Amino acid sequence: MPTVTMTVNGMQRSGTVESRTLLVEFLREHLGLTGTHVGCDTSQCGACVVHVSGTSVKSCTCLAVQADGADVTTIEGLANGTDLHPMQEAFREHHGLQCGFCTPGMVLSAVDLANRNSNPSEHEVREWLEGNLCRCTGYHNIVKAVQAGAQAMGGGS
Amino acid sequence: MSGNGTGIGASVKRKEDTRFLTGRGRYTDDINLPGQLYGYILRSGMAHAKIGTVHTDAAKAAPGVHAVFAGKDMEGVGGIPTGWLIHSKDGSPMVEPPHPALALGKVRYVGDCVAIVVAETADQARAAANLIDVEREELPAVASIKAAEADGAPQVFDEAPGNVCYDWEVGDKAATDAAFEAADHVVSIDVVNNRLIPNAIEPRAAIANYDPATGEYTLYTTSQNPHLTRLLLGAFVLGLPEHKLRIVAPDVGGGFGSKIPHYAEEAILTWTAGQLGRPVKWTCDRIDAFKSDTHGRDHISTARLALDADGKFLGLHVSTKCNLGAYLSTFATCVPTYLYGILFAGPYTTPAVYCEVKSFFTNTVPVDALRGAGRPEATYLLERLVDKAASELGMDRVEIRRQNFIREFPYQTPVALQYDQGDYDATLDLALEASDWDGFEARRAESAARGKLRGIGISTFIEACGIAPSAVVGSLGARAGLYESGSVRVHPTGSVSVFTGTHSHGQGHETTFAQIVSDMLGVDFDAVDVVHGDSAKIPFGMGTYGSRSLAVGGTAIYLAVEKVIEKGKKIAAHLLEASVEDIEFENGSFTVAGTDRSKSLGEVALTAYVPHNYPEGLEPGLEETAFYDPLNFTFPAGTHVAEVEVDPETGEVDLVAVTGSDDVGRIINPMIVAGQLHGGLAHGIGQALMEECVYQDDGQLETGSYMNYTMPRAADLPSFSINHNTTLCTHNPLGAKGVGEVGSIGVPPAVINAVIDALRPLGVHDMSMPATSQRVWQAIQQAQG
Repeated sequence: MPTVTMTVNGMQRSGTVESRTLLVEFLREHLGLTGTHVGCDTSQCGACVVHVSGTSVKSCTCLAVQADGADVTTIEGLANGTDLHPMQEAFREHHGLQCGFCTPGMVLSAVDLANRNSNPSEHEVREWLEGNLCRCTGYHNIVKAVQAGAQAMGGGS
Repeated sequence: MSGNGTGIGASVKRKEDTRFLTGRGRYTDDINLPGQLYGYILRSGMAHAKIGTVHTDAAKAAPGVHAVFAGKDMEGVGGIPTGWLIHSKDGSPMVEPPHPALALGKVRYVGDCVAIVVAETADQARAAANLIDVEREELPAVASIKAAEADGAPQVFDEAPGNVCYDWEVGDKAATDAAFEAADHVVSIDVVNNRLIPNAIEPRAAIANYDPATGEYTLYTTSQNPHLTRLLLGAFVLGLPEHKLRIVAPDVGGGFGSKIPHYAEEAILTWTAGQLGRPVKWTCDRIDAFKSDTHGRDHISTARLALDADGKFLGLHVSTKCNLGAYLSTFATCVPTYLYGILFAGPYTTPAVYCEVKSFFTNTVPVDALRGAGRPEATYLLERLVDKAASELGMDRVEIRRQNFIREFPYQTPVALQYDQGDYDATLDLALEASDWDGFEARRAESAARGKLRGIGISTFIEACGIAPSAVVGSLGARAGLYESGSVRVHPTGSVSVFTGTHSHGQGHETTFAQIVSDMLGVDFDAVDVVHGDSAKIPFGMGTYGSRSLAVGGTAIYLAVEKVIEKGKKIAAHLLEASVEDIEFENGSFTVAGTDRSKSLGEVALTAYVPHNYPEGLEPGLEETAFYDPLNFTFPAGTHVAEVEVDPETGEVDLVAVTGSDDVGRIINPMIVAGQLHGGLAHGIGQALMEECVYQDDGQLETGSYMNYTMPRAADLPSFSINHNTTLCTHNPLGAKGVGEVGSIGVPPAVINAVIDALRPLGVHDMSMPATSQRVWQAIQQAQG
C-alpha cells in the first residue's frame, strides 16, 4: 500500500493508505481530523472542502495519494491559536451557521473566494457557493458573513 | 427580565459556534469507540418482492467479516412501532401492519433493510454485502397514491385492503354541506403537494455498544429526540428497561423532521452490538439516505370554498389522499391528520369546515414529518384556494383575506383548535408595507419593458405549534405525552448547568436557553451551560419538532428557575433573619424588601451546598426540575409575500423578493429567530420551485441523489426581508409561540400565487409545485395553444 506524506495544518503527516483512500478518509480516519465532513457521495454538497496548496478542493473527490507532498489546510488549522480566522469570526458574527455540518466546507470555500476577491458582491458570493449546500440558513447569513469576512481579510490570508 | 446585553431580547452570539467553526463539533460519525466494528446495511433494490432464504455464507467468509444477520436472525425481536393511532370515520382503528427491522418474507420499498454485514472496516462490510444472495420473487409495486387506489392494485399488505391505512375526518360535514347549499359562489381547486426528501446535510449515523459488565447498551445516534428513541427502541423493539439503555444524540447536523423517527437501523445496530459484544458503527451514505430517510408531504387534494355574494367564507370542504409509504413511521399517521386537518380554519372565520383524509400504503420510503409537517400542506391548499376565489369573484387578493380575518380571541375554530391570541391585520399590513405591495404595478411594467412577466403573491396563515396538551393528544391517539422537562442546577460557586429534554440540531438552544436562565437568575451568560441530547444526563424529554423547543422546553426551564428562586428565598431569608415573604429576588440578589440587606445568588448557592447555617427542614442543594405540559397549542401567524419574474421564452422563474411578516411570540434572540425564518423560507421555496421526489411506476427512486434531486443553492435564493409584529402567547409564561417551521409553511403558496399572477396575462391560471422552468414553459405553451 502506498505511503503518503503531506503537510496538514502546518505539520508534516504521513500514513499508509490504500490506493483508493480518499483525502477526506485520510484526514478523518487516519489523522482524526473530524472537522472535515462528508455529506454526500456525488461531490455535490461541499461539506468536505479543504485547501490543497491554497485552493479549495472537495476532499471526497481527491485521492489521498493525489495530495502526496501537498500543503493541506483543514478547518482545524484555520484559526491562529484561540484567535479565530477573520472568516470564522465573520460567520460567528453574522450567524452564518446553524447545525454546523456544512460550516467547515463553507468557511474554507469562502476563504478561497476572499483570497481571489476581497470585495465580492452578493451575486458573486452566491455564484461562488454553487458547490456548497446548506439546509439550515437559507444562505442569507452565509452570504453576509462571506462578504464581511472577505473585507476583514483585506484580500489575502 | 432585565433585557441586558445577553438577556432576553438580545442577539447574543452563539455559544455553539466556536466548536463548529473550528472543527471541534462532535457529530455521531466523529465518534469512535475502542474495538469498534463497522456495519453495512444491505437494502432492497426492488420495491416489492417476496424474499426467501438469504444466503450469507459467502459474505460471512469474506475478509474481515465478523457476522451477517438477516431477517430470520432477528425474528424474535419486536417490530418498529408507530406513535399515533388514528381511527377512521367508522370508528375502526387504522391498519397497523408489522414493520420488522430486517425484512421478513417481503421487501416493500427500494431501501428496505435486508441484512447487516459487520466487519473490521467499512469497506470490508460493504464489499461482503455484495456476496449476499437473496432469493427474491419480484411483485408488482404501487409507487403512488393513484396506483395504490386503483382497482385491482397490488397490495402492499394483505391486511390493508385497497392499500388503505385509514379514512379519517374532522369537522362537521352536515354543517359544511349546508353552508355550500346556502352559498352564492363555490370555488374549487385540485392541488398536489409534492413529495420531498428532507436532506439534512449530515447523513444519519449510529454507533451501538453493549457493556457485558453492566448489561447496559449505549446508542449514539443522529436523533432529534433521544428519549423518545429510547422509549420506542427499549420498550417496543428490544425489550430493554430504560436504565439499561442510554441514547446519546450528540451534535446533530440538521434534522427537519427526518431525525425524529425511530429507525430500523438503530434497532439493528443495537441488537447486533449485543450479539457480538463489540461496538458497531454505521454511517449512511447519501445515496442510501435518499432511499431510507423518511420523506415528506405527498398529498393529492380537492377542496371547495363556499362564499357569499360579498366574498365572505361560509364553508370549506377538503378531501385529501396521502401517501404513507411502505411502513408507518413514528409520527407518520398524525402528520396528515391532526397536524393537517385541524389547520383549515387558517386565520379566517369560516364557520363550517370539513376535512377528510384517506391514507395509503405504497411501495415507497415511509413518509413522516418534514419541516412544517402537515401544516405546509394545509396552508398551501387553503392559500391557493383563497387566491383562486379572489380571481373568480373579481375581488382583491388582499381584501378577500382581510375581510375574513379572525379578530376576536380566544377563537374556537370549527376544526378543534382554540386560538388564544393573534393580530392578523398587523402582520398583513407590515408585509404589504415591507414588500412595497402598492408599488408593484410599476415594477411589473418595468419588467414587461424588458420582456419579462412579473408577479406578486401573498399568503396569510396560522400555524399550530408546540403540540399539546398531553391529555388532549392522548385522546386523539398519541401514544406518548407531549410535555417537556427542564432542570436547573446552580453549582456551589454560582455557575449554572441547565438540562433540557429538547434537542438542538442547529436551533441554538445552548444560547437561547442560557439567555433565559442568565436573565432570570442574574448570572453571567458565560456562567450558564445547557446540556441536551443524552438520556443519561437529562431526566426525560420529548425532543425537538413542531417548533416546540422554546414554547414547551423553554417554559419547563423557566419553571425550574422559578423553583430555584423560591428555594433561594428560603435560604436567603434564613441568612438575613427575615421572613420569606419579605424577600425579593432581582438581578441576582435576594433582598429584604425596602432595605439594602441582601445576599447574592452565589452566597445562597454556597450556603445550599455548605449548609452550616441553614433553615431547619430544608434540603441542601440548589437544583430543581420542572415538567411542563402545555395548556394549548401555540399559534404563530403571519403574511408572506413573494415576487417573481418569469422569462416567457424559457419558463425560468427568478425569485426576486421574499418578505416575511411574522408573529412568532416572544423573541429571545432576534438573530437566531431570523436565521430560523431564513432556513424555513429556503425550505419552502425549495418545495415551490425546485424540489420533487419522483418514483418510477415500478417503485425505483428516480431522484435518488443530489445529481437529480434539486436542492436550493445560494444562487437560487434572494436575501429575505424579515419583519415582526409580536403578540404574546397567553398560556406560557415566556409568551413564546415558535419559529422553526414558519417559512416552510407560509411561503410556498405565496411563491406559486406569484407565478400564477405573472402568468395570468397569458391565460395560465394554475401551476403545480415545483414550478420548474420546464413546467412553466409547458403551461405557457398550452395556454397559448
